[in-house]
Amino acid sequence: MSLINKFWRHAAAGVAGVAVVLSAGVAMAEWPEKAVTVIVPWAAGGGTDATARAVAEGLQKKFGQPFNVVNRTGGGGLVGHSAIVQGAPDGYTLGVVTIESAMYEAQGLKGVTPADLTFIGRFNADAIAVNIRPDAPYSDLKGLIEAVKADPGGVAASGANRGGLSHLAWVGLLQKAGIDPVAANWVASDGSAPALQQLTSGAIAVVSTSPAEAKALVEANQAKTIAMISSERSPLYPDLPTSDEVLGIKWSPLPFRGLAGPKGLPDDVVQKVSAALKEITEDAEFKKFMTSRGFSVAYQDAPTFAATVKAAHDGLSETMKAVGLAK
Amino acid sequence: MMSFETFETAFFMVMAPSVLLAILIGSVYGLFIGALPGLTATMATALLVPITFYMEPLAAIALIVSSTAMAITAGDIPGALIRIPGTPASAAYTEEAYEMTRQGKAGEVLSLGFFFSALGGLIGATVLLVSGPALAQVSLNFSSFEFFWLATLGLMTCALVSSDNPIRGAVSLVIGLLLSTVGLDVTTGQPRFTFDVLELSGGISFIPVMIGMFALSEIIRGFTALERELPPAPKVGDIKPYRGMFALLRRYPMSVVRGTSLGSAVGALPGVGGDLAAWIAYGMSRKFSKTPEKFGTGHPEGLVEATSSNNAGLSSAWIPALVFGIPGDAVTAIAVGVLFMKGVSPGPRLFIENPTMPTAIILTFFVANLLLLPLGWFAIKGARHVLSVPRAVIVPMILLCCFVGSYAVNNTLFDVWTMLVAGVVGYLLERNGFPIAPIILGLVLGPVLERNFIMSMQIARGDLLGFFERPVAGGLGIVVCTILVLAIHRAWTRRGQGPDASDPATVLPDVPNSTKGNLQ
Repeated sequence: MSLINKFWRHAAAGVAGVAVVLSAGVAMAEWPEKAVTVIVPWAAGGGTDATARAVAEGLQKKFGQPFNVVNRTGGGGLVGHSAIVQGAPDGYTLGVVTIESAMYEAQGLKGVTPADLTFIGRFNADAIAVNIRPDAPYSDLKGLIEAVKADPGGVAASGANRGGLSHLAWVGLLQKAGIDPVAANWVASDGSAPALQQLTSGAIAVVSTSPAEAKALVEANQAKTIAMISSERSPLYPDLPTSDEVLGIKWSPLPFRGLAGPKGLPDDVVQKVSAALKEITEDAEFKKFMTSRGFSVAYQDAPTFAATVKAAHDGLSETMKAVGLAK
Repeated sequence: MMSFETFETAFFMVMAPSVLLAILIGSVYGLFIGALPGLTATMATALLVPITFYMEPLAAIALIVSSTAMAITAGDIPGALIRIPGTPASAAYTEEAYEMTRQGKAGEVLSLGFFFSALGGLIGATVLLVSGPALAQVSLNFSSFEFFWLATLGLMTCALVSSDNPIRGAVSLVIGLLLSTVGLDVTTGQPRFTFDVLELSGGISFIPVMIGMFALSEIIRGFTALERELPPAPKVGDIKPYRGMFALLRRYPMSVVRGTSLGSAVGALPGVGGDLAAWIAYGMSRKFSKTPEKFGTGHPEGLVEATSSNNAGLSSAWIPALVFGIPGDAVTAIAVGVLFMKGVSPGPRLFIENPTMPTAIILTFFVANLLLLPLGWFAIKGARHVLSVPRAVIVPMILLCCFVGSYAVNNTLFDVWTMLVAGVVGYLLERNGFPIAPIILGLVLGPVLERNFIMSMQIARGDLLGFFERPVAGGLGIVVCTILVLAIHRAWTRRGQGPDASDPATVLPDVPNSTKGNLQ
């Protein structure tokens, strides 16, 4: 009796085990067998959105399944990043993460830390630039900094949410230039597109965002890019001076864009997508697209990308503490 | 502006068979997507992107243009026939359109939708062709201060016109605004009213609420009406598409002029344009009408103005995107992405270096809007079959549409529950004379209003007078304040005229007509 019982128990366990292995094997072998959602935490029309759509199209071509870009905005990207973290780790919810994902923890915002994500690969990294109105009373970074020194609250700046990288890059720059960052007037916006609209309408004086996002407006003489907040000149904009050379400081926050998924994403999905991303970043058409919009292509594989994010997380937390934004 | 040669080249580019075919396919596709409740123009466009990969640049854009123009127009069909508005813009006049259908004028209301949409679209495209870059220049001067006042204006006109009793309209509006505060705060990411429920952190999406409050509440009402189990199926008669449209045009020429100019102007503002135009147009139409008391009883005048503003706004939404690379909504953002993939970068240089391309894009608007008329003819004819289905069959089908439509937005069951709750709440509100359209607009515009208010306050460093310091903002602010003061003044004097205002007997006529219809 007990023998038979034992037999059945073993058999059942065995069958179950085989079934699990089989179903797992089948599911993974066929990934992606349905549409994949790519969550973008920033508004449609911004730089992250544009590059995400290009990458999603590339992935779609590679895997033959739709990669649907979904903009989940709000809360300075926290809503979208949370949606990525909280997605099922089955490979059908991926997202484009930005450097903000490494900053929420220090801001005291719960739900997203680098440890909650599986990093797949980076495809872009561009320094933030300082943009002003073409009719401003100053025409270079030195003049602008003097104006802020004279009236720190009078020069309103925008580019992202309060505590976002745009904000940190700007106040960090002010702090290194010897201005109390707490006195500066930062206008929280939902990305660079609404901030640029505020700049052209004359409501604010400075937008700190990547030079690519202001490119069309600069060509139309509605905005002017005066410097990169970085230590090195960009190969795409060799004529733009860096804040380090103009002000003799050292401050180089480098934002990134990359693919990630929820924690516990299957390894082979990471490998597949990471390899596909590498191919996409080597594709001539993609490169042409990125250059035409002024984005540099900067691929990093999964482990390198994870290390980059970790380093950014540690460095920015320190800066935010110094500026008084950390909680 | 533009040379004749440019125009000629652009014209022949659009007349290429591949482009015309793309417009035809896009329109038919848009017709189906738009007519299905819950599927939006944005979704329609997103699904097209992989197909555009294999197309020439102009054909790809033509596909997107024609499918969105058609989807927005076709969004009026379920609104008129089964009271499910296809888009937030058509929610402005769903009540009125459905009332016309109930009176057996389904053919007229659908013809009106297609005819004046096409007309509005054609005029909007002409405005684009003539003054596109200049319009873009103007739109760049709008800051958060102006956006705040525009959003306020839209909300206020909606509250004032959607019911005979502005107080009830305002109550509905506030309910919508309060619902829009659920979720993570836009400025600091602080969770509000989420009760640690994961789904609530993203906020309450308006499509399930819209479907529930309009369609489900109508079904509930059908089952709870005292005398009949269901409202009478509208008489169809012989539907003759487009009959009497020129007579309408002759009777309300100013409505078309006002609607299209408002649509073109407001549509060009990135971010708020499209949805607002129809609401303001409908309110304006009532203000200027010789017979404002007929509004809400199945009167075509407001429909003429609102539908024509809708499609006029659609084309001008492309202007900030093409000229300055600032897309105003998800549709133009996708289109800009497609253009980049095709090696056409939007921006002022496009108009100088390659002016035939933007001209050709605008010309596709003409063709797509002209195509609305023949395709609309089939849709109107086909509508008869929808209406002649027995109620016992159509109600389960509407219910199915409600479920599928609300599920399809975010692919979550949570949204289905939202739809069900909204349906019950909408039914109770309407039974007690509270209009539901302002709730939807409050939900859609609440985040826009809040974000622009906070941004403006940060710029003005907490000084409320900042809202009047810029010339345009000051002008808009004075208009808004005047309307508000006048409305309060009128309510006050009406109250002073007699004590009967608080008497239930005089409050009863304020009940929206659809409710009255069932209580008869």
